[in-house]
Amino acid sequence: MSIENVTAVRGPEDSALEAEAEAAAGGVWVRTFLRNRLAVVGLAVAIALLLFSFVGPLFYHTDQVHTRLSMETLSPGTGRPLGTDSVGYDELGRLMVGGQTMLEVAFGAALVAVVLGVLWGATAGYFGGLLDGFMMRVVDALLAIPALLLLLFLATVFRPSVPMLILVVGITAWLVPARLIRAEALSLRSREYVLAAKTMGVRAPTIILRHIVTNSIGTILVNATFQVADAILVVSAISFLGLGVAPPATNWGAMLSDGLNFTYSGYWWLTYPPGIAIVLTVLAFNVVGDGLRDAFGLDTRRG
Amino acid sequence: MTKFLLRRCSQAVVVLLLVSVIVFGLLHLLPGGPARAILGTHATPSNIAAFNKQNGLDSPVPVQYWHWLTGVLSGNLGFSYVQNQSVASLLADRLPKTAFLAAISVVLALLIAVPVGFFQAVRRNRVGDYAITTVTLVLYSTPAFWIAILLIDVLAVRLHAVPAEAPQGSFSALFNDPQAMVLPVLTITVVTVAAFSRYTRSSVLDELAQDYVRMARSHGASHRIILFGHVLRNAAGPVVTLLGLYLPFIVSGTLITEFVFNYPGIGLLAFNAATSQDYPVMLGVVVVVGAATVIGSLLADVGHALLDPRVRVSAGIA
Repeated sequence: MSIENVTAVRGPEDSALEAEAEAAAGGVWVRTFLRNRLAVVGLAVAIALLLFSFVGPLFYHTDQVHTRLSMETLSPGTGRPLGTDSVGYDELGRLMVGGQTMLEVAFGAALVAVVLGVLWGATAGYFGGLLDGFMMRVVDALLAIPALLLLLFLATVFRPSVPMLILVVGITAWLVPARLIRAEALSLRSREYVLAAKTMGVRAPTIILRHIVTNSIGTILVNATFQVADAILVVSAISFLGLGVAPPATNWGAMLSDGLNFTYSGYWWLTYPPGIAIVLTVLAFNVVGDGLRDAFGLDTRRG
Repeated sequence: MTKFLLRRCSQAVVVLLLVSVIVFGLLHLLPGGPARAILGTHATPSNIAAFNKQNGLDSPVPVQYWHWLTGVLSGNLGFSYVQNQSVASLLADRLPKTAFLAAISVVLALLIAVPVGFFQAVRRNRVGDYAITTVTLVLYSTPAFWIAILLIDVLAVRLHAVPAEAPQGSFSALFNDPQAMVLPVLTITVVTVAAFSRYTRSSVLDELAQDYVRMARSHGASHRIILFGHVLRNAAGPVVTLLGLYLPFIVSGTLITEFVFNYPGIGLLAFNAATSQDYPVMLGVVVVVGAATVIGSLLADVGHALLDPRVRVSAGIA
């Protein structure tokens, strides 16, 4: 759903690549990143949200399996800081459980998307010519299909579960990294060390993995961070439409979908907490991504 | 320019063909193929075999693809057995409504985002720029459906200013009830402004860093002439290309918006089709939107080339 992603097709200039290589080699990027206060705050928020979702339930015990209809839509009070939802689940505990599936899917989907995109883009860019033309037209064609429609289709064909959602979201998200890495590969393939390796008879897959991919690591890392942010938006959208994981499992999008029915009743605790949680998480990963991009000295656009 | 046009058009044709292959593939990816999708999960194997024979689905896949493709090109997008209507007539009814909603929202968004992004780039790293960057970054990280919920909560529930349900019925109903259009339009506008203004800002910043700006400045050109005579025109190019590429995202955004406000457009049509397993309709929407996107981005690139001769020369559009 992020448009800047898709349009960032321009490859970074050579000088940027060299700066990136130097920066990566010296670990300078870590220091540059840590000097960026906003990015560090973003990282802290992201870690805090991870702890909240995965460690939180160890300290805050709630029953997130059995419904209690006698306790439905209670407003926040003692013993239930954020009230209860329409079937009596504790909303704060639900936020933690929902965060788990959310983050699992987001990280998993980002990994799938980046691995698929990097391999596709590096192969297209390294070989160039007709193969490159064909592979990139495939990417164009898939980009022309709205991701949400494809997701709806896949979500109705395959029964949604966490691994299924990871695959489905990953499969619709790999196009942007593919374009970015292809642009990098196009400029890297004419470098001396790549030509030298080729002359020595190193096989193409080895060159792609050892030289092209490793030298694009900055772009890959930055894009992976944005991919997590995007995946959270996408997963919450599918779940909001009611095609996410089945109850009693939940995530923040599904919680919002539930809360939507109660906006006229004024049950703010059903819509504000999950909404804020989504925005906070996406924002945190976007800010970290921006910080990483600056630290690697990449193009000002996304990726 | 001719060479550029030829190259770009042939690319578009290849992409369109690939889109059609993907959609055809999706239809055949379904367990049981199109017969199962149309006859439902309870169809017996002999029902399916009979259906396949009747509809030519027992012929080789390339032949089927050719039949399907020529059908689509002549406007036959299939038949919805759930709604008992042809997909083309369903789309003809819904498409104008979504186009109307999207067009108003995008025009509004452009009117807001381009000046804002331009202002930010010119006054880069000052208080105003930081404030707007913060706001747009937060909005950019906010899902469309939460913006919709917040707007409902504030404007419909608390202030009773506008209704929370979109106008229903025929296309003319959209004009008869402008109040009901406010929330759907506002939702898409807000989401779009966040993305467009960020894009405009970085596009203008790119241009400001170019040699020709320094050149013009050293020749004594006034700030105003540089900004409005050179930079604005050159920065408009990427924004135009963005418009072409933005279509699938508009459709994703309108799908959510139409779902929340029960707006009778193609987004809601696709959603209802998905939940009732009405695959011909879903794939019909995908075909139409995919084709529109490819043609839209082709037009945008041509527009970009008309605005910016450098594009024509290098023709290196990825």
